[in-house]
Amino acid sequence: MSRDKHTARRATDDPLWAKCLLIGLVLAFLALVLILPLVAVFAEALRKGLGAAIEAASNPDALAAVKLTLLTAAIAVPFNAVFGLCAAWAIAKHEFRGKALLITLIDLPFSVSPVVAGLIYVLIFGLQGWFGDWLVDNDIKIIFAVPGIVLATVFVTFPFVARELIPLMQEQGVSEEEAAVSMGASGLYTFWRVTAPNVRWGLLYGVLLCNARAMGEFGAVSVVSGHIRGLTNTMPLHVEILYNEYDFVGAFAVAALLCLLAVVTLVLKTMLEIAQPGVRGHGGH
Amino acid sequence: MTISIRSVEKKFGRYPALNKVDLEIADGELLALLGPSGSGKTTLLRTIAGLEFPDAGQVLFDGEDVTFASAAARRVGFVFQQYALFKHMTVAKNIAFGLDVRKGGDKRSKDEIARRVEDLLKLVELEGLGKRYPSQLSGGQRQRVALSRALAVQPSVLLLDEPFGALDATVRKSLRRELRRVHDATGVTTIFVTHDQEEALELADRVAILNQGRIEQLGTPDQVHDHPETAFVCGFVGEANRFEGHVSGGRFAAGSVTLPAAGAADGPAVAFVRPHDLVLDDAGFEVRVERAHVQGPLTAVSATTLDGRRLDISAARADAARFTGSVKLSARKAHVYAA
Repeated sequence: MSRDKHTARRATDDPLWAKCLLIGLVLAFLALVLILPLVAVFAEALRKGLGAAIEAASNPDALAAVKLTLLTAAIAVPFNAVFGLCAAWAIAKHEFRGKALLITLIDLPFSVSPVVAGLIYVLIFGLQGWFGDWLVDNDIKIIFAVPGIVLATVFVTFPFVARELIPLMQEQGVSEEEAAVSMGASGLYTFWRVTAPNVRWGLLYGVLLCNARAMGEFGAVSVVSGHIRGLTNTMPLHVEILYNEYDFVGAFAVAALLCLLAVVTLVLKTMLEIAQPGVRGHGGH
Repeated sequence: MTISIRSVEKKFGRYPALNKVDLEIADGELLALLGPSGSGKTTLLRTIAGLEFPDAGQVLFDGEDVTFASAAARRVGFVFQQYALFKHMTVAKNIAFGLDVRKGGDKRSKDEIARRVEDLLKLVELEGLGKRYPSQLSGGQRQRVALSRALAVQPSVLLLDEPFGALDATVRKSLRRELRRVHDATGVTTIFVTHDQEEALELADRVAILNQGRIEQLGTPDQVHDHPETAFVCGFVGEANRFEGHVSGGRFAAGSVTLPAAGAADGPAVAFVRPHDLVLDDAGFEVRVERAHVQGPLTAVSATTLDGRRLDISAARADAARFTGSVKLSARKAHVYAA
């Protein structure tokens, strides 16, 4: 026992009361802000029993919302993964004019309110918008239709992958790429065999964050969706509609489903990390 | 492979990294680029490799202009300062990389590549470690992997950027001999960059000393050490006591210190004296001994002149007892340069 005590003690250790206080504060904060709301969602959903919740979550409108949310994420996430990877590669591994401007542009979706982002698309593609007449003439619907929802989601989630990868790639430098090129590898070969594998865990993490946000986005999607039940309602929008109609069990049942999707994402990430122990730690040097 | 560097210039922004550099490297030579940080030595190496392209001048391989040829087209083997091993590949995959990327007629069979990797691992004494990842190797082992990866493509030139910089002293010494052995075994023209003069003098056939983007002197280790052509080289290579003073009538004087300066023009000058060129001499200038201690077969003495200049003397161990209190010294030899 005393041996354990000896090895466990470190110079940077704080006194016991400070540890208890800080850990207690953190737990209280987490309970209040994170755990309690999560519990509340499931508790509300199950208030009238599991059967009612399942029924509410599986009515045709709710299923259509789930389908639309998954479809939107399935388009927006790969799109942003590819372009985020390209942007990070360009910014971290190359020098060019206008780099600072590009970085600012990538950050724009973070700094602009999602509602404004939605309005931008209405202004451009809406009936009274710049391309409104042309779109009507050619019978293309973007606003109040699925393309608008996908566009708004892509816009809002654009920075997640790039922002995750840029610092990682900058830290890794270009010497491995230089080594590859000096041994005769082409640019594309170098990218796939050297650059991409070195950031795969950062990429995965960025993709998961992007996915979580893509499924949960409310503001921008709300503006462009038109809230047509069974057609242009994503899960977050459907939750709001049900809630405003005082259908609490229905609202919380769909909300709980949304939470479950997020939990599945996190479990997936953890499982991948366990399957490849330590690999994420190697990325840095 | 002979390499010619002709009037190569390179600027980074407004900072000139290379300033009209000329250099001829003979086939099979082992050349060191020696200089302080910021002297342009790494830029010169990267220009030879095709990782940087000069603003002016030419790089020739065997008389053929490769100034703007890609790194791949030059067939150079490059060992990076931090080795730049591919972290996600095994040692064997790292070494095979240059062979794996080949296409068409150049392509090698899997067996052939595996055999070549085995041979290279044997060459750098890392047999049996092919399945490890770089993170599972020591610094010295990573260095050897980097070296064999660079050699795998049978390069026409082997280029090494501070190859021993990140290693501790004992590993560094043994790897230095290793590099010399590998060079002698393969006969490949080799250029390495270092800021460590001991490394350059021990290992290289010839040393090019760079300062502020220029080559100050090019010569064998003996030449640059014993006959430094400029004040910079004299101060940078080997240990030296430095004095600023005047030359008149073939003698250099700085305060109470006088040194031989045969053939030097009258006027202000800087002089360097190697610690082992200072000898006890009753006709010499007076210094006060501060400390004398034995260093192997020698005695290392710290002293100050009457006007407070510090100097180091290296004497025979047998003379240790004579260095106490005030002694008189003269210089057997001094390097004097007009200031």
